[in-house]
Amino acid sequence: MKGKIYWLFLVPSAFILIVFFLFPLLIMFYYSFLQRGVYGGFEPIENVKEYIFNFIWLKNYIRVFDPLYIPIYIRSLYIAFLTTLICLLLGYPVAYYIAFKVKPERKILYLFFIIVPLWTSFLIRTYAWILILRDEGLINLLLMKIGVIDKPLPLLYNEFSVLLGLVYGELPFMILPIYASLERIDISLIEASKDLGANEFATLKRVILPLTFPGIIVGVVIVFIPTLGSFIVSDLLGGAKSMLIGNLIQNQFMIARDKPFGSAIAFVLSAFVLLLLYIYRKFLGGKFEVL
Amino acid sequence: MEKVASSIEQALIEIQGVSKSFGNVKVLNNISLSINKGEFFSLLGPSGCGKTTLLRIIAGFEKPDSGRIIIDGVDYTDAPPYRRPVNMVFQNYALFPHLNVFENVAFGLKYQNLSKFEIKKKVLEALELVQLSGFENRKPSELSGGQKQRVALARALVLKPKVLLLDEPLNALDPKLRKEMQIELKKLQHNIGITFIFVTHDQEEALSISDRIAVINNGQIEQVGTGYEIFERPRTEFVANFMGARNLFNAILHRLGKHIFEVELPNLVKFRISMNDEKIKPIPDEFKFVVRPEKIFIRKTPLKNSSFVSVPATVESKLYYGASTSWILRANGFLIFVEEQNRDVKFRQDFYPGEKVYAVWEKRNIVFLETR
Repeated sequence: MKGKIYWLFLVPSAFILIVFFLFPLLIMFYYSFLQRGVYGGFEPIENVKEYIFNFIWLKNYIRVFDPLYIPIYIRSLYIAFLTTLICLLLGYPVAYYIAFKVKPERKILYLFFIIVPLWTSFLIRTYAWILILRDEGLINLLLMKIGVIDKPLPLLYNEFSVLLGLVYGELPFMILPIYASLERIDISLIEASKDLGANEFATLKRVILPLTFPGIIVGVVIVFIPTLGSFIVSDLLGGAKSMLIGNLIQNQFMIARDKPFGSAIAFVLSAFVLLLLYIYRKFLGGKFEVL
Repeated sequence: MEKVASSIEQALIEIQGVSKSFGNVKVLNNISLSINKGEFFSLLGPSGCGKTTLLRIIAGFEKPDSGRIIIDGVDYTDAPPYRRPVNMVFQNYALFPHLNVFENVAFGLKYQNLSKFEIKKKVLEALELVQLSGFENRKPSELSGGQKQRVALARALVLKPKVLLLDEPLNALDPKLRKEMQIELKKLQHNIGITFIFVTHDQEEALSISDRIAVINNGQIEQVGTGYEIFERPRTEFVANFMGARNLFNAILHRLGKHIFEVELPNLVKFRISMNDEKIKPIPDEFKFVVRPEKIFIRKTPLKNSSFVSVPATVESKLYYGASTSWILRANGFLIFVEEQNRDVKFRQDFYPGEKVYAVWEKRNIVFLETR
């Protein structure tokens, strides 16, 4: 009796996931095999047999790999990789500092400072960066006023500003899981390491880093995946040259009105991410049970 | 040269006037101790007495507010843990969960400039020493508590420290295994000859395992001595009480002659004792003494022998423990605890609650306490 009633608790969230997530996903999957109509929308399928056997349904997926788009994918991977790396390099010391150097009663305050930007819409925060970075922005005005530079530095609409915006947005998601895994480390393990002759650096390398590897992986995954599909930052802070996969997909839906092709790119991207996770599981997952 | 020196007891560790506070709490108050080479030394005290803090100061995990730590003639007070010739066995073992047994034991050897072959040889030797050969590839999560304990020991001993620090290492083991490990630890320490500093709150463990014991209370050393001295000749009320000498008497001393005194337990009994010169000084007119429960026996009549004291009492209750029987007697406001070994299937004598009896002990079993 008791055991049977618990599945009822799952119903609300299962309902939301099925209706608002799985169902739209299936619709998109279906779209990705259709063809764009002349005025947007979809080309009706006249001959089902011909459609199937002439591989017309695969056309979008073949087009995804058109050399025209390859540079966009490479740049997206590069930007996502760089963002993740920078987040890791910046985030780990912060998490380490909060976990080990901040007094226990003040940790909440520090974590609060990391989370508080998330209370404002990401879009607004990204716009705020424009005000800071543009030619008449905060940084350039300040630098010119104190006479460090004569003319504004090109801070906005380039790769730098895109990276800055992405790192800024994703950093909390790197810090928090690493902090959680650092907090879980038994202090006596660190003491044991030092007791056995390892100095601070060796202890970090041989004990702390391996033990926080699960946290690092979680951080890397939850930073890398959204970055790979992001479009707001590159749209607002990037120049004309910095189109990413996210922008490409968005363009298909909003500008080119080619929903089928947009869906196809989205699914190839998802498949790629799943493949990465699979590779991770296959080669490292047994060692560190995280995902 | 060295052999001659080692036959003489020499202080390996000098703890000089160490004090430590956490916030407003004074955890250690001016502790001074010297521990000899090859000694099995125990820090014994109730939880919160500061014994673990003292051990952590020796290991280098805490810095004392004042005082010095000298090991083998070198001042290590300000040295980080990784530069000290000491190693620690942690209460929860602190094995690295991401490394297997071999890698755990080899962890510290990396800093000793050894070849891979030498490291392997030393690790295997250390594992053999703790009887864990063949466990090299196990992960700590695949070991029992006793096995983890042995790995932790091997990991520290393989580095050949001058001093091995053990922080209540047997606490997590079940009583039977604990007894076995006590014997094994003692044997191991004897064989390898490394100085052990062993923290425990278990009196019996400290007595059975140690060469010497320091009893610590409230951040201060109450008494340092062999197990026998601590047990049979406690110097303070705390040590007496902690070691189970439950019969504490407040007495008045009357001097009758140069070495002859009369001890008065008010409204109870008076008896004469003789003391030599060195004992006389520390005892004031009013003082306290203890008699251990097992040194007292019960009789129906007083014992007319000048080397015994007989105190009239009433039987209050009896607790049968199997190996021993505990009696509680009441003597004019005092409670007297008596413990009797059941040496024969037949009770030597049985008494009933309310019965008028005499608690009898030999005068040489009286331990005079220092008054502070």
